[in-house]
Amino acid sequence: MNIILENLLAAKKVLLADGAMGTRLQDAGLEPGQAPESLNLTRPEVPAGIAAEYIAAGSDLVHTNSFGGSPLMLAAHGLADQCEEINRAAAAAAVAGAAGGGLVSGSIGPCGRLLTPYGDVDPDEVLDGFRIQAAALAAGGVDLLTVETMTDLREAVLAVTAAREAIGKGIVLASLTFEPTPRGWFTIVGNDPASAAHDLAAAGVDAVGSNCGQGTEGMLSVAREFGRVTDMPLLIQANAGLPVLQGGEVHYPETPGDMAEALPDLLKAGVRIIGGCCGTTPGHIAALRGVLDQYKG
Amino acid sequence: MELLERIAEQLDLGKADEVAALTTEAMAQGLSAETILNQGLIAGMDVVGEKFRTHRIFLPHVLLSARAMHAGMDLLKPLLIKQDVPAAGKAVLGTVRGDQHDIGKNLVGIMLAGAGFEVIDLGTDVAPAEFLDAARRHDARVIGMSALLTTTMPVMKEVVELLAKEGLAGRVKTVAGGAPVTEEYVREIGADAYAFDGVSAVDRIRRLMEEA
Repeated sequence: MNIILENLLAAKKVLLADGAMGTRLQDAGLEPGQAPESLNLTRPEVPAGIAAEYIAAGSDLVHTNSFGGSPLMLAAHGLADQCEEINRAAAAAAVAGAAGGGLVSGSIGPCGRLLTPYGDVDPDEVLDGFRIQAAALAAGGVDLLTVETMTDLREAVLAVTAAREAIGKGIVLASLTFEPTPRGWFTIVGNDPASAAHDLAAAGVDAVGSNCGQGTEGMLSVAREFGRVTDMPLLIQANAGLPVLQGGEVHYPETPGDMAEALPDLLKAGVRIIGGCCGTTPGHIAALRGVLDQYKG
Repeated sequence: MELLERIAEQLDLGKADEVAALTTEAMAQGLSAETILNQGLIAGMDVVGEKFRTHRIFLPHVLLSARAMHAGMDLLKPLLIKQDVPAAGKAVLGTVRGDQHDIGKNLVGIMLAGAGFEVIDLGTDVAPAEFLDAARRHDARVIGMSALLTTTMPVMKEVVELLAKEGLAGRVKTVAGGAPVTEEYVREIGADAYAFDGVSAVDRIRRLMEEA
């Protein structure tokens, strides 16, 4: 295992990550269609404030606001040429918000395009983009990097490769989004947890797992499947359940109490890095903190 | 193996060059464009759609098959137009304003084209008025709307409301889909049908066309 991660886990047993970013940004006035990452330049106090909020709720590590910060994704907003400064600013904002109270991980999400031959973008172009993003996040001062919400293992491998180059001996986490099928869990392009664990380990990842797409119940099943195929520490960031509509408003049904109750089973399945995805709040993170503070490992 | 079956098989395998060559061969043998379309290309996409629906294949397979389908379709199109073979119907598709996600919408387009529909794909970030303008201009009876974000879903309601305001409700039917979209939501905003995935979108749209 990565020696830095091994030491962290020896000291803390379980690392608590943060919760949702996007919904907090909307609360802070992000307009639909606006690039969330642009706020790192125009209103850095917003992502910094979110990082501070999660640290106050008990997170051991928080993520930068750079999920869509690869050049290809930024290109959809005409911001591709600002990739480097946006990611540097994202790192700086999260580092300022965390203020030494926890680790900062640089978030790297999908590029938003499909790779050839089934898609239209060359893998080399995607890798080059991730290299720019990962290097800028590292230069901006992140402690580790998280490749997340990936639905194509090939793309995840490219991102982990770039992340490993940028962070040297530092920690690289990777997390995919799976859907249930009658034959088990698969990404939309057809990757299962076993092949994900195998290929990502070969690319130099230190922990694997899943985020988004599922609530805690689905994630427990995903974690158990990962546990059967790898000895790596597992990373899980579930949604607060699957969204339901109440009077036209989107609502995520799992409460902080629900997520706290589900945590012991996830830990038993080998999850060592736990956080939240869509619909989770500092309240959810605080509830998880409460469980972890009682956890003996 | 019969030529049309080979077209369907090569389409399932995602072999665009083979599908084009076999389509050319079928045309040279005097098979009608309509027969090649229905018993070769559409039959092939039916198989692909069913495999996808039952999770035996995944997105890359569908996309490669779609490319093969279009390789054949491009050859047939001039003939279909010249012979006045009607499309199964016309549908305007798009991902709503503020939303850049297009994988689901593209799948719906593939399955519709694979079922013989004429698809007018407006791409992503489509404003309600653009949906209406396109439906008017192309005389399409169906608008398919996609949203992957909970924040962009409400734009679907705007489209439905605009249709009503412009007196097109009923004449132009609306189908909505996307990860956070549910049957209940579709009912609530007054759209005509909910599509869970690309294959069910075709079923729903076929049914709407029969009603229209």
